[in-house]
Amino acid sequence: MADPIVVAEGLHKSFGATHALRGLDLSVPRGTVCGLLGPNGAGKTTAVRILATLSEPDAGHARIAGHDVVREAGEVRTRIGLAGQYAAVDDKLTGRGNLRMFGRLYHLSRREAHRRADELLERFGLLDAADRQVAGYSGGMRRRLDLMTSLILRPEVLFLDEPTAGLDPRGRGAIWDTVRELAADGTTVLLTTQYLDEADRLADHITVIDHGKVIATGTPDELKAAIGDRLDVTIEDPAALRPAATVLTALAGTAPTTTDADRLSVALPGGGLRLADVVRELDRAGVAAADVRLRRPTLDEVFLRLTDRKEPVR
Amino acid sequence: MTTLAPRLRWTFTDGLTLVGRELGRLRHQPGELAAALIFPAIMVVLFGYVFGSAIQVPGGGDYREYLMPGLFAMVTFTAAQGVMVRMAADASRGVMDRFRSMPMARLAVPFGQTGADLLAGLLLLAIMAGTGLLVGWQPHRGLAPAAEAVLLMIVLRYALSWVGVYVGLAVRNEQVVNQLVPLFLPFTMVSNAFVPTEGMPAWLRFVADWNPVSALTAAARELFGNPGLPTGDVAWPLAHPVAAVLLWSAALLLVFVPLSIRTYQRRGR
Repeated sequence: MADPIVVAEGLHKSFGATHALRGLDLSVPRGTVCGLLGPNGAGKTTAVRILATLSEPDAGHARIAGHDVVREAGEVRTRIGLAGQYAAVDDKLTGRGNLRMFGRLYHLSRREAHRRADELLERFGLLDAADRQVAGYSGGMRRRLDLMTSLILRPEVLFLDEPTAGLDPRGRGAIWDTVRELAADGTTVLLTTQYLDEADRLADHITVIDHGKVIATGTPDELKAAIGDRLDVTIEDPAALRPAATVLTALAGTAPTTTDADRLSVALPGGGLRLADVVRELDRAGVAAADVRLRRPTLDEVFLRLTDRKEPVR
Repeated sequence: MTTLAPRLRWTFTDGLTLVGRELGRLRHQPGELAAALIFPAIMVVLFGYVFGSAIQVPGGGDYREYLMPGLFAMVTFTAAQGVMVRMAADASRGVMDRFRSMPMARLAVPFGQTGADLLAGLLLLAIMAGTGLLVGWQPHRGLAPAAEAVLLMIVLRYALSWVGVYVGLAVRNEQVVNQLVPLFLPFTMVSNAFVPTEGMPAWLRFVADWNPVSALTAAARELFGNPGLPTGDVAWPLAHPVAAVLLWSAALLLVFVPLSIRTYQRRGR
């Protein structure tokens, strides 16, 4: 594995009686996209805030490109970009005004700050709106400007804390494209998200955390393989749901879940199942199947299984 | 890398960038700017002619002459509001987090905000003085005492703006902070700015006499040679108003600068 650029070891953080992090370990190889997944309150944002020098851990330590986030915070800050759930830009300024101001605060010369602002506006297709006040921007445009601001110094590591929360599909797609481009250019991206399809599409590596600890890591495929393939059955008559469930329970050894009135899904047992057997057994029970198929689990199913939340059972 | 000189230089440069930010914001809000600039002029006309028609100045004299030092003090005390609202807005919208995740000078944000407020304060005082001159007010003791009075207003204004920094940072919530703004009005009214304190009930008079608004008003009356100077047995801040204003300023700075800096740098959350 390439050298890790983001390393966290045994991070602990409490807020009063709440333990946000209980020994979080993290290692992100340079130039990869790491997805940090977890239910609400799992500690994702706390972890990002510590890595981005906004918060200090109670115990444990973290390094960015070899620099300690507490003792060498200044060094860390020149290497990171942070874009968050809020579009953290000045509403009252124009898009260009924001980029120039933040450029100056990143200690670029006036000329450089202006040039970099123009460059980013051009690259992210915001030139037309550059001289309008940000207050009049759409949610997607603001989020894009927020992201552009975090890229002024061409950071080695970019932290994205739920970058597409609340965006429409077009806005989300635009952010995804940007993340892919940045990763292709060699930027390391640490992304927290609640949208599992987002992690599935963008992340090379996923770390699932819950209750402030890592509970699983792997590529999206590895995580899916870990919980096994699924069998989906769609029946013609919803009245046959119960007998169909009985058949599947007998075959798979676990009870299926229902996602619709006429659809059942069950994890395949270790030895696998033959579709022919499934069809024959359903037929014997008098259940007419409209569709029977084997598929890989979605990341949602992996997530629900790992975080111990019950799958929706009707 | 962490020697003092470059740090100070960046604190100054980044602070200036943030002063520029405030000016840039105003440019995009001409309405707000106009309202802010007209406000002192309206105060002069409103208080001067409405109150002036009914209130007798103790010891005699023109009410508008009596009023102007009070209005100067009132405008000075608006400093905390604006800074407070802007700090809270940055904190609640994540802008503060962005600043803190950047390799910029740590203290530039509070220094930039208070610096910008200082410029705004000078402009407001100038407008107020101009309007005052138009309605018949003038300093009678010459340039040096008048300049001293303006300097006192600026010093106290700067100290007060740090109160705003602290409250804005501590509250971190734009809505809550906006609800605090109207509380400033009674604070300026319980003073000698508009009426003499002699007629107030004893407990209220005590509060009014020790209110820094009163000290600044009394200092300005003394230095401008305007009527209304208290006579006889008066509270210490009104007998020594210049010293009182300086002490108030020093005390506010000593308390609120360290508090603000600690709150700004606190990285608990």
